[in-house]
Amino acid sequence: MKTTLQVNRYDPEASGEKSTVQEYTLDVPEHYTVLDALIQVREQDDPSLAVRCSCRAAICGSCAMRINDQARLGCKTRVTVMAPKGEPIRVEPMGNQHVVKDLVVDLDLFWGKVRAVQPYLQPKGPEPEEEYIASNESMLNLLTPMGCIMCGACVSDCTALEVDKNFIGPAALAKSYRFVADPRDGQARQRLEVMNEYAGAWDCTRCYMCVEVCPKGVAPMDRIMELREHIMDAGMTNTPGYRHVASFARSVEHSGWLNETDLAVDSWGRFNLPKLLSEAPFGIKMLMRGKMPLPGPLHKKRPGHENIARLMKRLERKQPAKAGAH
Amino acid sequence: MKYAFYPGCVSRGGTPELYTATMAIAGRLGLELEEIVGTSCTGAGVLQEKGQKLGDTLNARTFAMAERMGLTTIMNICSTCQGVMSQANYRMLQNEAYLDEINKELQIEGLQYTGRIVIKNLAWVVVEEVGIEKLKSMVTRPLKDVKVAPFYGCYILRPSWALGLDDNPGRGQYLEQIIEACGGEPVNFPGRTKCCGFPLGVINEKNSLTMVANHTHDAHDHGADTMVTPCPLCHLNLDAQQPKAQALRGSGLKMPVLHLPQLIGLALGIGAKELGIYRHMVSAKAILDKASVRA
Ligand code: SF4
Ligand code: SF4
Ligand code: FES
Repeated sequence: MKTTLQVNRYDPEASGEKSTVQEYTLDVPEHYTVLDALIQVREQDDPSLAVRCSCRAAICGSCAMRINDQARLGCKTRVTVMAPKGEPIRVEPMGNQHVVKDLVVDLDLFWGKVRAVQPYLQPKGPEPEEEYIASNESMLNLLTPMGCIMCGACVSDCTALEVDKNFIGPAALAKSYRFVADPRDGQARQRLEVMNEYAGAWDCTRCYMCVEVCPKGVAPMDRIMELREHIMDAGMTNTPGYRHVASFARSVEHSGWLNETDLAVDSWGRFNLPKLLSEAPFGIKMLMRGKMPLPGPLHKKRPGHENIARLMKRLERKQPAKAGAH
Repeated sequence: MKYAFYPGCVSRGGTPELYTATMAIAGRLGLELEEIVGTSCTGAGVLQEKGQKLGDTLNARTFAMAERMGLTTIMNICSTCQGVMSQANYRMLQNEAYLDEINKELQIEGLQYTGRIVIKNLAWVVVEEVGIEKLKSMVTRPLKDVKVAPFYGCYILRPSWALGLDDNPGRGQYLEQIIEACGGEPVNFPGRTKCCGFPLGVINEKNSLTMVANHTHDAHDHGADTMVTPCPLCHLNLDAQQPKAQALRGSGLKMPVLHLPQLIGLALGIGAKELGIYRHMVSAKAILDKASVRA
């Protein structure tokens, strides 16, 4: 079967900063993956094409690249699925990372972020005589984040990282959660304190991109939401992120629905005068256009709000989050 | 066709023009909307941070109320509502024990969710139920030469398996189809499926505004006259916050952003005032002129 690959070519030594698109049309068997096809190009047509791979079985995590606008493992992505009618397939290097050559990116950014969360067990108390005992149940909760193969796909497509390279990013946050929720780890609180800072768990914009692209079902964003739960449960409340969640809940409990005005004011901080003053002209404009809900007690209650409040009181999680419950 | 209508919070808060525009087109499209009274917010993914079961129960309550009305499809007008409801439904349908547990919470109110509700955003209703050809036939004022950049909003697309994109891959192109049916020209640009930045608005304003500046400039650089979105939260960020975002970028760009029913309404010949277009923070006058729309 014929397939056409449109591959980003970039060689800083030959072409300076410019990348070009090169088209390869080749005959491949139906079961081929995009990686198989790229290897065939390299072996038969164009030995200068740079692509990184090893296991070819979705285990090692080396072959992540953007295929048809989304980060995927080349070795897990079938040609026929990407191009059921023989359409050309776009192949680009991962995003958010520095391209070394063609489809190969520098992994320093990725590993730097993972290392920053101290991705190793730091047990509490004296070492036990024999092994550390952890219950089966507690380890089951960690299976999802432990499935990470460090491929970088989530980091490639993370929309928060795209605007702020300081953001610690999905893979590192999922890894952080993996140790926070490990019953044998003694540094949970310190880890949470770091993740509660700027560029940590609150800086994720909840776009689901990492959940969509992760080839191993780690669902990093869900792990980030669990980190946030742990942060809130640990009593770390002095952040706009915490106030945002608390205000949202208060508003729904009060009237059954969201009050955007309160949400903004509460999140900035009710006594944050400079911010409130600087936002006043904007508030007035919104008000004049009928786009600003009335604050606090003036917010109209929905019929049935008592029932909503009752459910909120009953179901708001009081105990620490159960890891991996998603 | 009759729908249990779930307008969401923002169409009655920060973007009331979305509600009026929806009402303005519904009758013309033959959609009979019966609002579900007494529902809560979906939680928007934020309440879910306080516990997933809490969020899912509130949504199951809404679904049960729609079932009690004898209806099978809930229509919403918000990408975020769509995503949060779809995910709640997906989890409950996958796990019967979980649904039972949730139903126990609803019992006190005499409600029960049997799992039969289908949730559809306005965009899906227009393409899957009204039909693109029918929409085309109703257009009286085609938006000729208007280049429109579609901005989907995260929650209507991801996770794709919960949003039914596996069975309906076309859902990733519905806005383009609607734009074309309205006589406009869809613009492909890198931001179309990215995050608008709204969830970061009060948490990291700079990053949030940077996203707004990026997307509006991207759309502009690809030739767009306006953007269109099915998500009022995206609208709040892309429109209401745009002046701040452009100031941060040091740019004077003014990229209009339409709500989806406003775009459809314009093509159906409805006046800009009735569609609430003058309530926007960024004026859409340039495209109204281009499409020769009266007030
Ligand atoms: S959900 Fe958060 S971490 Fe995941 S890609 Fe989006 S911003 Fe990045
Ligand atoms: S979380 Fe998923 S996408 Fe991210 S590095 Fe790990 S395996 Fe790859
Ligand atoms: S080559 Fe190892 S994951 Fe693709």
